[in-house]
Order: sequence, then C-alpha cells, then structure tokens
Amino acid sequence: MSVELANISIARPATIEEAVALASGPDARYLAGGTDLLVNMRRGITRAARLIDLAGVDALKSISCDASGVVVGAGVELARLIEHEEISRRFPAIVQAAAAIAAPGHRNVATLGGNLCLDTRCVYYNQSEWWRSANAWCLKNRGDTCHVAPQGERCHAAFSGDLAPVLLVLGAEIEVAGPAGRRRMPLAELYVEDGRAHLTLAHGELLVAVHLPADGRNAAYEKVRLRGAIDYPLAGVAVAMTMQDGRIESLRVGLTGLNSRPLLVAGTEAFAGRAVDDDLLKAVDRLVQHQAQPVRTTLAAAHYRRLAAAAVARRLVRRLAGG
Amino acid sequence: MHGSAKPRKRLVRIEVNGRWCEDAVSDGDLLVDYLRDVAHLTSVKVGCDGGECGACTVLLDGVPVSACLTLVVRCEGRNVETVEGLVKQGRPNRLQQAFHEKLGAQCGFCTPGMIMASEALLRRNPHPSDDEIRAALAGNLCRCTGYVKIIESVRHAAEASA
Ligand SMILES: Cc1cc2nc3c(=O)[nH]c(=O)nc-3n(C[C@H](O)[C@H](O)[C@H](O)COP(=O)(O)OP(=O)(O)OC[C@H]3O[C@@H](n4cnc5c(N)ncnc54)[C@H](O)[C@@H]3O)c2cc1C
Ligand code: SF4
Ligand code: FES
Ligand code: FES
Repeated sequence: MSVELANISIARPATIEEAVALASGPDARYLAGGTDLLVNMRRGITRAARLIDLAGVDALKSISCDASGVVVGAGVELARLIEHEEISRRFPAIVQAAAAIAAPGHRNVATLGGNLCLDTRCVYYNQSEWWRSANAWCLKNRGDTCHVAPQGERCHAAFSGDLAPVLLVLGAEIEVAGPAGRRRMPLAELYVEDGRAHLTLAHGELLVAVHLPADGRNAAYEKVRLRGAIDYPLAGVAVAMTMQDGRIESLRVGLTGLNSRPLLVAGTEAFAGRAVDDDLLKAVDRLVQHQAQPVRTTLAAAHYRRLAAAAVARRLVRRLAGG
Repeated sequence: MHGSAKPRKRLVRIEVNGRWCEDAVSDGDLLVDYLRDVAHLTSVKVGCDGGECGACTVLLDGVPVSACLTLVVRCEGRNVETVEGLVKQGRPNRLQQAFHEKLGAQCGFCTPGMIMASEALLRRNPHPSDDEIRAALAGNLCRCTGYVKIIESVRHAAEASA
C-alpha cells in the first residue's frame, strides 16, 4: 500500500449537509469515484488525512428531466450518464464526451462531479514519487521551478476533463453547497487560469448538481488523443450551434486539454447571421488558435495541439451545419 | 509512514468468489492488495501505478472495476469475483478454455484482467460483435499478443456457449 493512503480515515456521510460538515475539517477532501484522486494520492501528489466518501449520498445521484430543464447530480456515474435515454436524446454531445473518458471499468465508478473537479495534468506532475524526486519536483508540487516554463512564476498544467467544454457550450450552471449555504453560478465561474489552483471552490465546498437547459441537440464533442481509449485529450473541442434560414443564429466553442481551465472561446457572438462557408471556418480556426494556450505539458508538441484544436473546431462546425 | 498512531482497523464482510470473508482492514487499503495479500488471489495483477493497464480488473457486483482504484471498505457487503472464481469443479470456464485453445495468452500477465472484462461482457451480451469486444476490452493493455488472438478467444468463447 502506498504511504499516502496508509493512515487515512474515511467518513461516510448519507446527506449533503453531513458531507459538508465533515469536509470543513482540516486536511479533508471529497472522494467520489476515486479514479483521479486515488491515483494522485498513491503517487504522492495529492495529500489528505480524511476522505469524505460521497458514494452513500443519494441526493447527489439523481437525474431529473422536464420541460424547463435537466438537472444532473454530481454523483452520477459516467456509465449511467451514457446509458440514460433522455440525456442521449437531448444532449448527444454529453454522451460523446462521457463515452470517450478513460475506459469502461473507470466509467462504472467515475462521476460527473469528479470529472468537473479533476486535477490539472502535466507530464512532469502525473508521475511516481521517485520520477518526480529525480527531477527535483516542480512548482505545482514541492518544487520551486516549472520545467515547462522555467522563467515564469505560474503552473501551466492543463485541465483535461472531457465533459466541461460540452457543459460550457450548453450553458450549464452549477449548484454548490458549502459551510455558508448554497450558491448557483455559471460553470465557467468554477475555473480560473492557474494550473496549481484552477478551481474556485472554497475549502469544504461541494459540487451538488449541474443544471442544463431543456435541450442541446445541436452540439458535438470530439477529442484528439494518442490512443483510441484510456488517454486524456491532447485537445478536446465542443461546439454548440443553432441555425436559422441557413445562417448561424448562435455558435459556441469550448476547449479542454489546452489551458489550465476549460475555456469557452470568447467572441463567437460575432458569427451570428453569417453563413457557414470557408471564410467563417477560417475565422473560427483563427479564434481557436488565438485563445488556446497549450504549452509543453504533454509529450505531443504544443503547436500540434493548437492546430488540432482548430481543425476539430472547423470540422465540428461544418458537421453541425449539415455539410 | 507519517509517524502518527496506526489508525483503527475495521471489520469488513465481503463475498469473494462465492465465499463470505470477514477481515480487519485499514481505511486506506486497496482491493488489489487485499485480494493478493489477504485472500491470496494472486491472479489479480499489478501492472501499473495509475489505473492505466487493467491487469487488476475484477468484478464488483458483476461490474468490471480496477481493483487498484477501489478501496476495500467500499466493498463491504458486496460481491467480488476474480478469475479463480470462474473455475467450477476444477474445470475452466468457457473463456478460460477459449484463451487456452486460441492462444489468447502469451506471458499471461494481462490474461486474468482480460478474462474478467470479457466475462462481464458475455454475461451482458452473449453474442458481441468484434467492435463490442474491442470496446469492452479498451481498458486492458496487453504487451504480447497484439490483441488479435484475444479477440478471437472471446469470440470463440461466445460461439462455444451458443
Ligand atoms: C487511466 C485513466 C484514464 C483517464 N482518462 C480520462 C479521460 O480521457 N478524460 C477525462 O476527463 N478523465 C479521465 N480520467 C480521469 C477520471 O477517471 C475522470 O475524470 C473521472 O470522471 C473522475 O471522477 P471521479 O468520480 O473518479 O473523481 P475522484 O477521483 O473521486 O475526484 C476527483 C477530484 O474531484 C473532487 N470531487 C469529486 N466530487 C466532487 C464534488 N461533488 N464536489 C467537489 N469536489 C469533488 C475530489 O476531491 C478530487 O479532488 C482518467 C483516469 C484514469 C485512471
Ligand atoms: S506546468 Fe510546470 S509547474 Fe505545472 S505541473 Fe508542469 S512542470 Fe510542474
Ligand atoms: S494495476 Fe494497472 S489498472 Fe490496476
Ligand atoms: S499476454 Fe503478455 S501482456 Fe498480454
């Protein structure tokens, strides 16, 4: 057993209120599916003395769909999300993204909440203790230099969850419970551009649910990765688009695997009223290349990830336009 | 270790391959270590340190999971199956037989995980297409066979039980 797990204790609350109360203690952290957290604890990059196990909190596991919208609990497993008929009918892009996460065994236990709160990733960080120690650690964990950008003061580890960009382009909001009560905010406000601290949740705050509009049919997600399974995105792109009389009514593009936060590309409102032609596709390409900020956090070259993101964005826009 | 007092252990009851076991475990114990070191089921392999290889795949209430990403305390009152449990009256089950006949195993390290992931598939879908077999085994890495013989073995097992 790994040293980091040797002395932990686990609390198993049954309600959201109990979970929040337990998590306010020092050195506590939520455990959902554990497919990110347990790996990181075994490797010594995440530490916690007490894990608050969310598996028994039934209130986090519901999916409710009606004419006004859809609410998905943070504790819903990815496999359940993929098999849910209403979800796949209303939000095919959610299923496309969830089905491209990790492998079947992970998806049976991995949750929506864990996916949104995933730690950021870097080739110098997601390594064993001895690997990192041989490399004098790095800024994100125990060290004082970033091996990717040694001159800088910040960590550029990439947010690499697949669902966030889809939920961003669908206009999702999240519900958060904390010691000070509940709050609701746009998903984009969960994140900031900092690889060391990319979540805006305060200590002990719990992601409770994701609120979606009633329908998001005309959206798609695609990721570029080394192998067709298991791998995180080198670049992941979600596009949601509505058309009116052959012209764009609204177009939104979300990115993952590139910046330290999932990014809703700014400036796409300007495309309203335009036809989907070569000029438009070139403009989308430029916008994505401009806002994607991959650095060498993966073995694949950063420039390749930028170009790949732009190419996938173009492809998805064309596909959603029916071309 | 961090020098603090050893945490209290708790008793868990887990049905392992059809037999209820009761053991004292620490909160941080992983299922993979419990199965190998306490239950002596060494078919469950450790191939990586990050949930990436599938060599530790077991069935938890019939569903494939990585034992290296599963805490033992989460298995309380539940059913765990490893490849040892597929043997009935000393006879290999259809998948074990098929992997043997169709050369689905070379070094054999990935084989228990491959068989457990395949077993879950065949219980749910007795006649999978090759694409469905590939999708079900997407989390199980093999460094030897090139996968062709593995897919043939699963297909053969499905046909054998038709
Ligand atoms: C081999 C492998 C491949 C993977 N590939 C991918 C991939 O391709 N794409 C991808 O997106 N992910 C991938 N993952 C990561 C992971 O499996 C998924 O992101 C999964 O959805 C994480 O969910 P979880 O429930 O297991 O999270 P956990 O590991 O339980 O938690 C992750 C983090 O979120 C926090 N957390 C969990 N729930 C909440 C909540 N409700 N409120 C507040 N904080 C919370 C935890 O404290 C922890 O910090 C991979 C993992 C492995 C091991
Ligand atoms: S980007 Fe730099 S500081 Fe961040 S994890 Fe990678 S090497 Fe470490
Ligand atoms: S040992 Fe590799 S996935 Fe568990
Ligand atoms: S047979 Fe050797 S790893 Fe698969």
